Amino acid sequence: MKSKFKNFFKGGLGQLAIPIIAICILVIFNLFRDPSFFSIAIQHNNDGNIVLSGNLISIINGASELAILAMGMTLVTAACGGQDISVGAMAAIAGSAFVKVLKSTSVINGGTVIAGFLLACVVAMLFASFNGTLVSVFKIQPMIATLILYTCGRSIAYWINGGATPTVSSPIINAIGSFIPGIPIPTPVLIVIAVAILFKLVFHFTSLELFTQSVGINGSAARLNGINSTFIKLLSFIILGICVAIAGSIGVSRLGLINHETLLLDIEMDTILAVAIGGNNLGGGKFKISGSIIGAYVIQMLTITLYAMKVSSTDVKAYKAIVIIILVVIGSPVIKSKIQKLISRIKARKQNTIAKGAV
Amino acid sequence: MMKKKFGSLVLAATLASSLLFAACTNGGSPAPATSTPAPDTSEPAVVAEPATTTTSDVIKVGVVNNPPSESGYREANVKDMEAVFSAANGYELKTAYSLKNDEQLQAAQGFITEGVDYLLISAAETTGWDEVLKQAQEAGIKVYLFDRMIDVDESLYEAAVVSDMSAEGDTAVQWLLSQNLDEYNVIHIQGAMGSDAQIGRTGALQAQFDAGKMNCVVQQTATWDEAEAKKIVESVINSGDKFNVIYAENDGMAKGAVAALDEAGIKHGVGQDVIVMGFDCNKWALRELKAGNWNYDGQCSPFQAQIISDLIKGVKTTSDKKIINEEKGFDATTITDSDIDTYGLGE
Repeated sequence: MKSKFKNFFKGGLGQLAIPIIAICILVIFNLFRDPSFFSIAIQHNNDGNIVLSGNLISIINGASELAILAMGMTLVTAACGGQDISVGAMAAIAGSAFVKVLKSTSVINGGTVIAGFLLACVVAMLFASFNGTLVSVFKIQPMIATLILYTCGRSIAYWINGGATPTVSSPIINAIGSFIPGIPIPTPVLIVIAVAILFKLVFHFTSLELFTQSVGINGSAARLNGINSTFIKLLSFIILGICVAIAGSIGVSRLGLINHETLLLDIEMDTILAVAIGGNNLGGGKFKISGSIIGAYVIQMLTITLYAMKVSSTDVKAYKAIVIIILVVIGSPVIKSKIQKLISRIKARKQNTIAKGAV
Repeated sequence: MMKKKFGSLVLAATLASSLLFAACTNGGSPAPATSTPAPDTSEPAVVAEPATTTTSDVIKVGVVNNPPSESGYREANVKDMEAVFSAANGYELKTAYSLKNDEQLQAAQGFITEGVDYLLISAAETTGWDEVLKQAQEAGIKVYLFDRMIDVDESLYEAAVVSDMSAEGDTAVQWLLSQNLDEYNVIHIQGAMGSDAQIGRTGALQAQFDAGKMNCVVQQTATWDEAEAKKIVESVINSGDKFNVIYAENDGMAKGAVAALDEAGIKHGVGQDVIVMGFDCNKWALRELKAGNWNYDGQCSPFQAQIISDLIKGVKTTSDKKIINEEKGFDATTITDSDIDTYGLGE
């Protein structure tokens, strides 16, 4: 037990050290600033359901899309050593496809929602495999390959529905975007949990995690060992595509409205940041999905904290940047190794004094 | 070796650009990608002769506009143009859409060479139009500006039909004052900072804050983003601050704000705790108004075509070159279904 505990701090925590420390600092900061920040209230919403509310709920609820995208992005990062910067645009396309199906029928029932979501998945997977093919087959830098869709994605989303902000209203959509009657936890949070479990199961029952890591660390070595690295890279993009479809559908369901220009705007940058804060190597290789998820919550907590402090939303980005620079620099290999050296030196000195004392 | 390569590159570049220029001066027609001819252009050949000599009754109108995909406003604007300048009304409409000023200039030049009677322009940028408008004047083509002003001498155009953005904010704030609330605790959700719409919609309210007549609970920009607007209102609710008015600078952001109210169980709309105000008058937003969930929706009117048509046909005359398009504001208690059909944007 003790050794396990020691291990946890010695390096077992390793990758997760930075995001967890960041969350702790934010929590402590908020506790000092205003302890009521964390208060959670139980109340009735306008539909008459009992729901939880409060800043903490806002954080875990608001970060849902980011967390889901970060999970997919981690895989792409690990396998390809680059990031997909078109997730926001792709989510707008997937969301538009989702709305298109919902608007095609007069009555929205469970069937149309599922059909819409499936179509959104197919569309997102198609676009993602376009990105994936450019990266895996044609060996184009991921950021350049996905720049294409980043530029034109939102126009494509416009073509799907035409109108500026098509709206859909239905109790089912409302249930997906906010609360299922009788369950006080926001539905997007439940979806994040479901997706995380799904990833865990896939990693448990397949060798995807190992394959992805080996492709990311050394693609040609992986190929020599019989791993189809092209396929693994493509697969990572397709999985990201599914994540994008889920995130896009949640985004649409939250308000029952799609604005192709602003749906999940700039989320790609936050997603990449979440992966970076999660301690994953942006150059590919080893990865931890859990790190990225925590990274997503760190970003959201930071945003909500700044909002609670009434910081102007134009300034929020600047403050966010400052905090993130600090986090990323602390997490950089150079600083990490320096800290490790420092710790070992202190330990050595301690042992020396103990040894002297013994004599 | 490097130098040689560079030299040949420069050579190739000059060649290509000279070719391009040659193509421009010879062809002079708008770039095919930007021009979309109206679907019902029945006359096949357009002879490039001075427009004033055309004897037919059909009035040829060339419209240079921003693409309908720009916004709901633009979509309605384009539809309005197509409806008013239709064949049934005795017009032949040619349109060119682009967000880029140089492409718009090219398209305008194309229309001049083709020989339209009237040129209608909503420019992407306010500068760079002198030359083209002078060409139009020489060719005897009358120019009307709509929606946006251009930085040129007044003599170069007949009239400009534009919106007064600050009037829009004034109308909304006057309406709010007429509600005679005991106190005004306003959540102000702004659009993208620096945009015309944001400046116009913020001005009047800001004046109230400065004068101390209304109390600003929070003033944040959500850059037209619905989800961001929801977050802003959520943070106010969580902080426990009291508020009774939400002033969102477009419909989407008002919807985001309302979603936050709904989740927190705060009643809003006609006769309720919180007044909800939006802008743009999307049809779905006006329906919310009709249902009493929102209180007010203001509009920057995208309908300038009828005014211009009246000016062209001499139904209406103007002494002032700048015509301010009338802005609408709807109250939830007085809005009718026909208002929604007539003035609502989108579907």
